[in-house]
Order: sequence, then C-alpha cells, then structure tokens
Amino acid sequence: MARAAFFVLAALATGSALGLILKKNAIHGALFLVVNLGSIAVLYLMLGAEFLAAAQVIVYAGAIMVLFVFAIMVLIPGKEETGPDPRRAYRLLALPLGAALLLLLGGVVAGRLGAPAAAGAAGDAGALGRLLFTRYLFPFEVTSVLLLAAMVGVLLLARRKA
Amino acid sequence: MVPESYYTALSAVLFSIGVVGVVIRRNPLVIFMSIELMLNAANLALVAFGHRFGNLDGQALVLFVMAVAAAEVAVGLAIIVAIFRVRRRLSVDDLSLMRW
Repeated sequence: MARAAFFVLAALATGSALGLILKKNAIHGALFLVVNLGSIAVLYLMLGAEFLAAAQVIVYAGAIMVLFVFAIMVLIPGKEETGPDPRRAYRLLALPLGAALLLLLGGVVAGRLGAPAAAGAAGDAGALGRLLFTRYLFPFEVTSVLLLAAMVGVLLLARRKA
Repeated sequence: MVPESYYTALSAVLFSIGVVGVVIRRNPLVIFMSIELMLNAANLALVAFGHRFGNLDGQALVLFVMAVAAAEVAVGLAIIVAIFRVRRRLSVDDLSLMRW
C-alpha cells in the first residue's frame, strides 16, 4: 500500500519536473513546480516528517511560488524563448550529460546507504523544535539575520532608480 | 514500508532533471525554478537519510535549506526584475557582458 503510494507520488513528481523544464510557457512551468512541491510534501509525510511537510506547503508551495507567479506576470512571459536557439548544439549536449549525472548520483546515493540504525521513529515536531532550540540554536538565529539581510537587499534592488 | 533507497533514487532523478533544466532553458525564471527543484531533491535525500538513521539532524538541516531558499528566491527575483527594467528582454544569452 505504502509502496503503491510512493510510486504514484514518484511518477507525479518526476512528470511535473519534466513538465517544468520542457514546457515553453513559464507560467505552466510554475504550476508544474507547485505539483512537484506538493508531492514532495506528501513524501515527507510518508517519511514521518510532519513539520517539514507543513513547512513545505506553506513556505514553498505558498510563499515562494506566489513570488514566482507574481514575477512571471510582471515580466510578460512567453516572448523570450520564441526565436531559434543559436546555441542549440550545446544545449542538446545537456541531455547525455544529465543522463550521466543521473547514473553517477544513483550509484553514489542509492547504492551505499549503509546499515540502518536501531529502528524507531526519529521523533515528532516537538522533538524537532527542541533540537532547533538547543543544538542548532546559533544557526537558527543566524537564519533570522540572513532573512533580514535578504529583505533589505531586495528593497534596495527593487527601488526605482537609486 | 518503502525502503529509503527508493527516496534517494527519486531524489537523484529530480536533481538531474533540475540540472538539465538549468542548462537547456534560456528564461532566467525557469532556470530559477529548476534550482528550486534541485534544492528540493537535496531536501528529500536529507529527510530520507534522517529517517534511515533515526535522528532529526537531517530535518533540522532541511529547515535551514528552506530558509536560505526563500532568501535566495527573493533576492534573485529582484535581480531579474532589475535586469528586465534595463534591458526589456529576458534571456540569459543576452547577459554576456562579463563573458571571457
């Protein structure tokens, strides 16, 4: 049952990722990416990461994709990749190289997973929160500085004629 | 129970698709979305490894990756909008000023 669900989700994620890179229209790509992020959120749930699944939906499928769709709407899509590609040969070279990368990654990542630790659930959202506010307290606080810096930088960049 | 190697294999597939997307597309917005795809593939691998070894460090790392990705998208889109404001076109092939 779980296996069937995994294969359905994997097919959904792979198909929507392919749709993202193959569709000419950027807004279709954005919607495909939403599907992809949603299916990955469900995979998080299957792996017992409830908090991350919720954060994925809120942060990625919510905030980040809204920003993307907004930018695509502002920048008038569909008019930038219509002409013939002057570097088509180089770009076609990406396909065999991508396949080679996939083989390499598959060999490294799927082949040598190592022995599993003692079975048992890693913990729920509460345990993750405790971990974040104890061992990862400093990175967690640095993250807030990073977000503030990004916010200030975006305001500076987006200002009309500095 | 699905073995964790399935998740890491899916993660490898998604990452490779993201790499190919970055190379073959000319629209910087689609390139950005492909980068998001790669970040998500890495996140999926981290969660799968965390599940395998029964600890939460992977999930904590994923949370930080999400925060960095949010900051990266905001700054990146602002840069793209600023470039578009100057050039009125949107293709990475035009941006060859610093090319060797």
